[in-house]
Parts: sequence; structure tokens; C-alpha cells
Amino acid sequence: MSDAKPSFGAELERLEAIVRELEDPAIDLDRALELFEEGVGRLKGARKLLRESELTVKRVLEESDGAIRTDDLDG
Amino acid sequence: MGGLDLFGEAPPASAEGAWSVADVTRRARQLIDAGFQRVWVRGEVTGFKSYRSGHWYFTLRDAQAQVRCVMWRSDNERLPAEPEDGIEVFVEAKPSVWEERGEFRLGIKRLIPTAEGGLWQLQLERARAALERDGLLDPARKRPLPQYPRRIAIVTSPDGAALRDIVSVIGRRWPLTQLWVVPTRVQGEGAEDELCAALETAGRLPEVDVVIVGRGGGSREDLWSFNSERVARAVAAVPAPTISAVGHETDVALTDLVADLRAPTPSAAAEAAVPDRGAAMETVAALGSRLARGLARPVELGQERLERTSDRLTSTMQSQLERRAALVEQLGATLDALSPLKVLERGYAVARDETGKVLKRAAQFSPGLAFRLALADGEVQARTSEGDDE
Repeated sequence: MSDAKPSFGAELERLEAIVRELEDPAIDLDRALELFEEGVGRLKGARKLLRESELTVKRVLEESDGAIRTDDLDG
Repeated sequence: MGGLDLFGEAPPASAEGAWSVADVTRRARQLIDAGFQRVWVRGEVTGFKSYRSGHWYFTLRDAQAQVRCVMWRSDNERLPAEPEDGIEVFVEAKPSVWEERGEFRLGIKRLIPTAEGGLWQLQLERARAALERDGLLDPARKRPLPQYPRRIAIVTSPDGAALRDIVSVIGRRWPLTQLWVVPTRVQGEGAEDELCAALETAGRLPEVDVVIVGRGGGSREDLWSFNSERVARAVAAVPAPTISAVGHETDVALTDLVADLRAPTPSAAAEAAVPDRGAAMETVAALGSRLARGLARPVELGQERLERTSDRLTSTMQSQLERRAALVEQLGATLDALSPLKVLERGYAVARDETGKVLKRAAQFSPGLAFRLALADGEVQARTSEGDDE
């Protein structure tokens, strides 16, 4: 059930935190390199999400016992 | 009303101690005020007059009776037009007595014509008042929508234009999301029940960030389910932020007032529910350049530090080398001093036999022995003389 798409919002939030820490004048080089590397990975991930995501549309069906299932609905 | 003490003081029993007019009208007003809550009254408007102050005065009547009415400006200014004499209306009113005139009259809060949907309107007003009493129309209840929703539930008809519009707009703007359609009838028999059930289902779905409820345009009757108090309460009960989109721009439904956001159309609801992909791209790009600039500075600092370190390293090496060189020179001098060559310089010589063994004793020099003398600047071949001259 929990097949929600990867969260762009969460990626963006982490990226913002990385950039903020990187902009701290007291940061040392090792930490900066580590953050940069993670940041580049997340940038790629966020761009990929924006470029390649396709909308999924599902229909919610409720069973008589109240259980919920979904099936694909053609958008 | 039964417990009301109508006459706190005993009414005057005789002409002595008679009440003043003011006394008796005030008593009457107190009595009426205490005896009536607001009531809805149906009647025909007559003798309508609007004063310069903006207050309205008229009489409401039916076949058996009539009553004076006043509607203050603050209550009538939201109405689209003045009622004409002879039209039938519903009024929500507080009965009272105007003491100066000794006049029983109705203070009117709302006025709705019975013709042209007056009854619909009345029902809507009642539902609205009930929601208002429960605080469901309070603007402070409105929650912000999430910026980047991952899953959006849509409560609407699966075959309606509303769903097609929503899917198309979100597919274009923000395909990073999932749409979960909770199908329901949106008009006709049973639509209210289905809408309530679908909203309840939508509220139970996992990880839903926003719920859109709505339908496309239609007649007043078609849209009526969205004016149901029960449906409005079901919208208010959804745990996730809600967007209500019913009909076209001008149609405002009760669900619109209860939802966190009212969208004029289903397409507008879709626009409001998701961000724009292009704008998000720009946000990401801006973060990318901040990331690069962020790294450039510590790298520069690191380079400077490295250069300073290497300068120190070079100068340290230099002085080390110089010290070593001085030491080598000094050791060389010592070695020099200890060398046998130095002794030879002073005029001594070393004698060796042919095997190179040093001859230190006179006894080692047998007559005729060939030996070599090492001097400071070279060697000399020598031989002891042969025997005695007898």
C-alpha cells in the first residue's frame, strides 16, 4: 500500500540543509567535500524526479468489510 | 415561559399608584424579549419604506394578521435588492416591542423571497447557520496546503469532466504525485450518502496529503448535494487539508465554505493542489549553484593552507640540509687529521715488505731485504746493504 513516490519535498529539504551547512564559514574541507558529494547525488535525484516522473491514477475500492484496495485507472 | 415572573411587582389594584405608559410598555418589551427566541416567519411584504439611514421599515401580513417589521442597515446591506410590496418572504426575526410607539414588531436579521428557490435558500441558510454555530466556518480552521503533495485523493464521479480536467492539469504540472480517485455519485438520488461515505473513505486512506472534492458545473438541483449540511460536515471531518471545487466560477456551495480552500473550478483546484514543475526545476538549479559556491570557498581556503604548509616544509628541509652539510664538513676535517698521510706530511716514512706488511723493528731488516718506503707524495723502492766489509 505504501508505494507513494519518492518525496521531492524531502529531497529538497535535505538539499537546503546541505547548502546551509556548506555556507557556514567555519566548515572544514573534509566535511564540505562530504556534503558536496551528497548534495550532487540529491540534485541528480531531484532532477530525475522532475524529468522522469509519470502521473499514476488509481481508483480506490472499498470492500464490504471496510478494507481498502486500489486498481489502475486510465488517466 | 411557564416559570417567568410576569409581574415582579403586583400590578396596581386601583387608580392610585397607576403605572406610567413607559412602565407598562417596558414591561411588555421585557415580557416579549424573554418569551421569544429568533423565529422564522413567512408572510407578504407591504408598506415597504427604506429610510435615508439605510434602515428598512415594512409590514408583514397574511390573511389573518399583520406585524410591523424593521431591518437595520447592517442586516439588509448584504441583500441584493429591496423587497417589493406584495412579495412573499421568509424572515428570521426577533420579536420585540418598540417602547416609544408601544408597537409590537419584528427585528429582522434575514430576509429570503419564497419564490425562485426561496425554500432552497432557506434550507441552505439553516445549514449554514448550523455550521457556523459549530465553528466550522471559522477562517482560523483553514489549514495550509502542502507544497509538494505525494498523494492526492479526489472525491468525485469517475466519469465526470471534473476528473478529466484534474488529471490533465496535474499530469502537466506535477506528475510526481499519485492520484487516488474515490468514486461517488455527485448528483441525484443517493448522492449525499455516497459523497459522505466517499469523504469518510478518503479520510482513512494512507499518506494522503490533500483531498479534492468536487464536480463540474450544472443546474442548481445538480449541484445541490454540495449544499447538504451532512456533506459539508463530512468535508470538515477529513483529516487532510481539503479543496472544494463545485461547478463554475459563480457557484458557491456549502462545501466551499467548509473546505480549507475553495477553488472556482476543478481545474483551478488541480492548479492549487500542486506546484509547477518548471518552477521546481528553477528551485533545484538555484540550490545547485549554491552547492557549487558553497564548496568553492572551503576548497580555496584549503589550498591556501596547503601552500603555507609547503612553504614551511621547504624552509625546514633547507635548514636541515645545511646543518647536515656543515656536519659532514666537520667530520671530514676530523678524518683528515687522523689520516696517516698527515703524519707522513711531517717527514715520516713507512716501510713495508713486499707483502705490504709494515716493518716496525730494526731486526726485521735482514741484509739485502727489498722493501718499499711510503712517503707523503709516493713510494720508493729500497734495499738493505749486503753483509759487512771484511
